[in-house]
Parts: sequence; C-alpha cells; structure tokens
Amino acid sequence: MAINAQSQLKVDTREPVINDFAFSVATKNGSGSQTSNNVLVQSLFRMGVPVNGKNLFPSNIKGLPTWYTIRANKDGYTARKAITEIVVAYNDGTATEDVANLPPGGVCITTDKIAKVIDHRDDISYYEIPVAKLMRQTKVPSAFRKLVENMTYVGAVAQLFDIPLDLIYQVLLDNFKGREKPALMNHAVIELAYNWTADNLVKTDPYRFEKMDGTQGKIMMTGNEAGALGAIFGGVNVVAWYPITPSTSFVDGVIGFRHLRQSEDKENTIAIIQAEDELAAAGIVVGAGWAGSRSLTSTSGPGISLMAEFAGLAYFAEIPAVFWNITRMGPSTGLPTRTSQGDLLFTHFLGHGDGRQICLLPGNLKEAFEFGWMSFDISEALQSPVFVISDLDLGMNNWLSDPFDYPDQPINRGKVLNAAELQEFIDEHGKWGRYLDVDGDGIAYRTLPGTNHRFAGYFTRGTGHDEMATYSERSDDWIENMQRLRRKMDTARGMLPQPYIDNSGAAEIGIISFGTNDEAIREARDWLRNDGIKTNYLRVRALPMSSSVTEFIDSHKSVFVIENNFDGQLTQLIRLEHPENISHVRPLALGDGLPMTPSWIYDSLKEMEG
Amino acid sequence: MPPRTNQIGLARNEYRGRPSTLCPGCGHDSISNQIISMAYELGLEQHKIIKMSGIGCSSKTPAYFLGGSHGFNALHGRMPSVATGALLANKELACIAVSGDGDTGSIGMGQFKHVIRRNVPFVYIIENNGVYGLTKGQFSATADEGQFLKYYGTNHMPAIDLALEAVIAGATFVARSFSGDAKQVQALLQAAVRHPGTSVLDIISPCVTFNNAETSTKSYPYGRDHEIPLHEIQILAPDYVDEREEIVIGDYEAGDILDVEMHDGAYIRLKKLDNDHDPRNRRMAMDVLERSMREQIFSTGLIYYEEPRPTLADTEELVATPLTQLDEAQMRPSKAVLDGVMQKLMVS
Repeated sequence: MAINAQSQLKVDTREPVINDFAFSVATKNGSGSQTSNNVLVQSLFRMGVPVNGKNLFPSNIKGLPTWYTIRANKDGYTARKAITEIVVAYNDGTATEDVANLPPGGVCITTDKIAKVIDHRDDISYYEIPVAKLMRQTKVPSAFRKLVENMTYVGAVAQLFDIPLDLIYQVLLDNFKGREKPALMNHAVIELAYNWTADNLVKTDPYRFEKMDGTQGKIMMTGNEAGALGAIFGGVNVVAWYPITPSTSFVDGVIGFRHLRQSEDKENTIAIIQAEDELAAAGIVVGAGWAGSRSLTSTSGPGISLMAEFAGLAYFAEIPAVFWNITRMGPSTGLPTRTSQGDLLFTHFLGHGDGRQICLLPGNLKEAFEFGWMSFDISEALQSPVFVISDLDLGMNNWLSDPFDYPDQPINRGKVLNAAELQEFIDEHGKWGRYLDVDGDGIAYRTLPGTNHRFAGYFTRGTGHDEMATYSERSDDWIENMQRLRRKMDTARGMLPQPYIDNSGAAEIGIISFGTNDEAIREARDWLRNDGIKTNYLRVRALPMSSSVTEFIDSHKSVFVIENNFDGQLTQLIRLEHPENISHVRPLALGDGLPMTPSWIYDSLKEMEG
Repeated sequence: MPPRTNQIGLARNEYRGRPSTLCPGCGHDSISNQIISMAYELGLEQHKIIKMSGIGCSSKTPAYFLGGSHGFNALHGRMPSVATGALLANKELACIAVSGDGDTGSIGMGQFKHVIRRNVPFVYIIENNGVYGLTKGQFSATADEGQFLKYYGTNHMPAIDLALEAVIAGATFVARSFSGDAKQVQALLQAAVRHPGTSVLDIISPCVTFNNAETSTKSYPYGRDHEIPLHEIQILAPDYVDEREEIVIGDYEAGDILDVEMHDGAYIRLKKLDNDHDPRNRRMAMDVLERSMREQIFSTGLIYYEEPRPTLADTEELVATPLTQLDEAQMRPSKAVLDGVMQKLMVS
C-alpha cells in the first residue's frame, strides 16, 4: 500500500536518542552504495562519533541484495547490533523484510516507488524520498545517474539526523582523492535531497547525531589495510597471491603502500606477483623465504586448501614465509562473502603427516598491524611458516582504532650464518649442518644461497633428512628430526604473542575466545556485569597455545569458549591440549556468517549458566 | 701430477655432487655429467648458483651435481613457482632447474607455462623419457600415441610436445636434445646458462628400466639411430677471436654458418647440416616441431632463440641490490613515515 509520510506518527515526543543507534542500509549490489555508505561512516567518524561500518554483501557483481550496517555509539561500543533502529530500504526486493525487522519506534527511509509495495506498519516512522523526481532535477549526466542515485539517502539521512553538509563534502573530496568534479556531482545530489527533506518531511523520530570528541586522535581503516601496512613495516620483499574474496584487499593494501618502501629512484624493494593460482603463490613465497627474503601471501579458505602441500613442505624443510588467511565461511565455496572463524583447526594442522602450524590470531585493527610486521620476525626466528588468521569482518570492514605504534623491536632475521660466521661455527663445532641443533631450542642455523663459503651449500628437501640435510630413510633420523621440531614448537609457545587476559572481574565464570569476537564480548560482559554476573576474559592470540590458557581454565569454575564457527574449533583444540578436568569448559559456537553480536553472547551465556 | 683446473682454480670433480642413486645407465646421469662439465668449463662459482627441481627421477638429480650450490627438491610440478620466488628474492643468483616429463607435462603444465610467461631467468631442463619411473612405468603425457608398455598396455592419447608448448608460451630460448648426444647437450647448456630469460631444454633422456625398447622414440637405440641434428652447435665466448668478420650473419649461402649473438657478447655458432632452420624465426621453429611430431623425425638442436625480453625482476622494477641484502632502512620505513600515515587517517 502507498504510504504518505506526512500522515505518519505525530511529531515525536520521546526523549531524543543521541549518538546511540544503528542503521541498516539495504541496496542492490553494484548500485554504488559502497560509496554512499562509506561517506556516512566517514562523516560520523569526523563528527567525533565512535562508529563502525559492516558490509554484509552477496557474492555477486550486480543485482543481489546487500546490506551495510552502521553503528554509532557514544560509549565506544562498535560491535554489530542484531537489531538496527533505522533502515534505509532502497532495495524493492528486500524492503518488506527490512521493514519487518525494525523494532517498534524504528525508522524506515525509502523511495516513493518502494513505499508503494511494502507492507505498512503503524509503529514506525516512514520517510519517502522521491528519488526519480529528484534525479530529474539534477544536472548529473545520464551515464552517472544510476551510480549517484544512492546519494539521495545520504542527503535525507544528513537532514533527518543532523550530519553537517560541509563535512560530507570534505569526505567526498577525500573519497575521490581530491578530484572536485565527481565530489561536486555527488554533493549536488546530496544537497538536493537534504533540502527536499527539510522542505517536505516532518521528523517523527527521536534519533539524532551530535558532534562529540569520541574519535579524536583515532584512525579508521580496514584490517586488510592494517595488515598490509604492518607487512610494509615488517620488511616484506615478495608478495605472491591469487585474487579471492575476502583477502584481495590485503594485497591491494600492499600495492597501495608499496611506495613507502621505494628507493629514491622509485625502484621497488617489494615484488608483487599475481600468480596463476594459490598453489603457485605458495610456491613463490616458499622459494623467496628459502632464498632469504621476507615473503607473504594472502588468501582465504579455498586458497589455503590449495596451499596445504607447500605448507607441509615449508614446515618440514623449515622455511620462513607468512600466510594470511582472511577467513570466509566454508566448507567448500560456502558463503564466500560472509565472515567466519571456521579455518582454525584446518590452518593449524595444515599439511599431511604430523605437525602444527604457527598461527597468529589478530582481534582488532592494532593487532592486524602489529602481527603484520611481527609475523616476519617470528617466521624467520623460528624458520617456519606463520599463518595469520584474520577474517572477513576484520579484513574488509572499517574499524575504529588508536593509531598504530611503531615496531618496538628491531628486525630479527633469525639464525642466519654469513660466510665468516659459518667459518666460526665450523671452528667451534667441528662441522655445520642445516638441521644441527647446537642451542637445544630446536632451531638450527641456516645459510642462504649466495653465501661465499665452500660448505655453505646444502640440499633442501621435503623427504627424510638427517641433521646434515642429507637424504635419510633411517627411522632414528626421522624420530630425532620430529623430536627437534616438537622442541622448536615448545620454543615457539614462549615467543609468540601471549593471550590478552582480563581477570578484573574476580569471577568464577571465565570467557575464552579469539579474534574479532572481542568487541561483542567486551560489550556483553558489561551488560552481564550490570546484571550482577561477573566474568573474566582470556583472548588467545597465537597457536600453539600458551600455558596461561591452562591456568585460566583451572582457575575458573565455569568456562565458555566463544567462537564464530559451527564446530567449536577452539574448544576442540583446548580439549586436545588440556584433556584433564575440563568438563566445565563449554563451547558457545555460532558460525552464522555474520559478525558476532553482544546480544547473542549475553543471551546464550545467561541461558547456559542458568 | 696435480689435477687439471679451470680458470677459478677448481678441478672438475669439485663440481660433482653426491653419488647418483638412479638406475645404472639412466639418461639423467649423462645430463648431470654435462652440467658438471659445463660449470667446470665456464668456471662458474657454485655459491652463485641454485639448483631447483620438482619430484620424480629427474628431480633427484640436482643432488648429484654442483655439491657446493644450494639446492631445493620442491614439490611435484611446482618447481617453477619456487624458482620464481628464489630468483625474485636474489636476482644475482643463476639457476639450473631440472624437471621431468611428468613433472612438467602433466602435474606442472600450468606452472611451466606461467614461469615462461613471466620470463624468470633460469635454465629449465626437462629430462624427458615418456614414462613415470618412480611409480613403476606409467605413461607420461609425452609418450607416443599408440605406444605399448608392459603394465599399462597401449597409450591412446596423443603426445604433448613440451618444446612446442614452450615456444607458444613465449620462451626466448627453446632447444631439444638427446642425452646420448653429449656434445650437443654441452653446447646447449653453455648457451642456455648465458641467456637472461627462461631457457627450456627438452632433452630426451631414456629410462633404461621402463621405456628403452627400440620401438619407443624415447629409447637409446631409437635416439642413436634417428637423431637428426638441425645443425652443429658451438658456443663462442665473448673473448673468442676468429675471422668472424668474414661471415655474413644470417646468410646460409656464405659458408653455411649462422652466428647468433647473445646478450653477453657470446655467439652461438650454428653450422647448417641439411636444412634451412633459422632459430630466430618463430614460425620456422613451430614448423620444425610440428613436422617432427607428425613425421616422427627426431630433430634436435636450438629450435628457437630471440633477443631476451625483460625478466621478471625488470618487470617488477626492483632495486639493484638483491632483496635478500637490503639494510634495515630499506626494510622498515622510519617512525615519521608511520606517523604521517596515521595522521592522514585521523580526525583533524
């Protein structure tokens, strides 16, 4: 039925709600809404309002429904909210459902055309924008009209909820890298809708933005960009990759920041190769790591599957290389544009035969940067591949963060012998062998190709070898090598980032988690505290796990492992590593393809705790 | 009497590796021997060379030559990507890579084509025997159509010609040879190692255990009886002095000799035998290969050669210093640079 905005709820008498509500913007994929949504998020960020934008998009180039949720919160909570108070219903295909999802008192901003087809609710506010009519009034060339149409909702939102127009223009200018022409074209549409809304609509809802100082000194960026920037400061030399959602923007980030590492003559210190597949990408980074450079690939589940054989080789032949897994929802092609923590076990055990891969688990933007550079030091120090397991939510969405700290340690290239050092080693130990563990920490000394010493050369292989790197099928050689690799993993436990632990709750309930659930957990814990339920919290930041995880489990009566996968993979890993007395450890595993919400944690934990 | 040494004072046996574990008489061992001779003759420094291989009988051989070099026996069919990474990391390294017909023609076809496309500068030797040895005698993709093998019967699939695939992929140096023709293998190796681009050597290298019957075109008896070199090859070092001026380059009539100048000033001297093959002509190269396949002619020699195009490191516009040797300042921008990036992202 048709809706007349003028006849809706009377002028609102509720208390104003300022800087504490969420939007859902429903559009069709490929309609240019990415720019509109980005403009809204960036504008709020510049108003000083803590904000987070999450893109819930389809695996499609054009046409399928896509949603973008924006949450503004004056207290700095930026986890996804399960229910948004406001919907911009610009997709006729989903509008009825989008409106149905609104809470009572919610707000629907839609087009006059879509308004005719959606089921009416009388407990929400409607604002109809005559998009076609407005677009006819603009001077936008017809070729661009469809692309800037979505700017009409930006204008309406700005008017209804008080976002200053001049600030929006600055954001547009930055978005178009300072080019005035496209910025002005978009801004003209925004201004038109802004003024039309002022002249024709009566505000009937309590929601409003107000300038505040909640983002002063903070930055906003995606986790993929942060990881890429970290890699730049970590000295990456060779990047090989194959395009795959949601990891592609990681390498785009490296490409974008590569100039920071160029020589004065604009020559590159970073080679970036788009390989023929993920398998070749893995081969390139393994070859580059073997030869002594810092190498990285970024991929997602299907790519990790293809890299399995190289991962096993690099583990066993002890070759440094960094692999980013920007996890998406599997199994198989799964939900390629939805977030997941479902590759934890697969990545940790990647490769056939015995062995564990070292994994770093960033939970926020700062850690994406930090692990971006630190992963190389760890990888070279341990002479082992390192997998950084991020996810689509962190990788592709805009996150608010404090600015990144400059690396607090010098670059660590690990145990590498040059020609003179090799001679000293031989003088001291009588011989040198690639896998000779003279320090007892499981880590041997390596030489690099090009080292001018007659004994520097050795033969690297994935087949059985002894400590001199000679081919061996002897059982005792095999066992000794495996024992040394296990020793190396034990060394790793102490070297890797330790868990984040918050025992301030002095509680009997412990929460264990990893990765991007962090924001939702922080908020849920505050809600629980308000209900009188105290919790402590441990966030695992690396695998193999630190012994402090065991201590945390032992020191709590009830432990919930919160993870965004279906099988409860971290719980399984805990059971494997810590099999005794863990009947009090229970999984809260979700895995619905979406960033976790505080309300799901709050409800689930309360239900299970009784 | 002290052993004879080369220009850097090394004896030939100092270029050897560990003893071969291949079957006695294996064609691959002859090729390893020629690699040893080539390095010795040219006075190569072993620490500046890396040896790469995939998986299979052929891929074991890098352990049997140039014991002073770093080597990497990688994954089945994936040697090209590993070599690519290593040579990007350190572009000053020379690389001799060994693969087989299974390693290249089946599991590794994709990487084979793409490493050529990127023009990674290395010598890519395919030790081609038409059969899988380590798994006991299955046909490979280069086996002749209609060929019979004891355990697997008749091969009904047409053969893939890896030299032709190399030309099509854009290789700038493509040769075919026979491991029984030591002199030609030696000359081709000496040329290939100088060539700054992907040099593909498809060397028919008989498997004495599984595929050496006279009826097989990959056998010793067949090779000995049927090899028809396109030309005799001689490599003239840059400092070689002769009456080259008298030779009209490219003119077969003038003495039936073709001198192809290489990037470093060396010449590949081709003495014409009984055909007009000019390896600088891509169309001719493809014709020779297609005719050889169609008419079962075992043509060997330098099939195709062109002026090297930019290597991958050139395309990537890398700094002169190998990436493995950058100093801390080249690896990590200053704090001011990070602060600058952060400042731009902040609310002003």
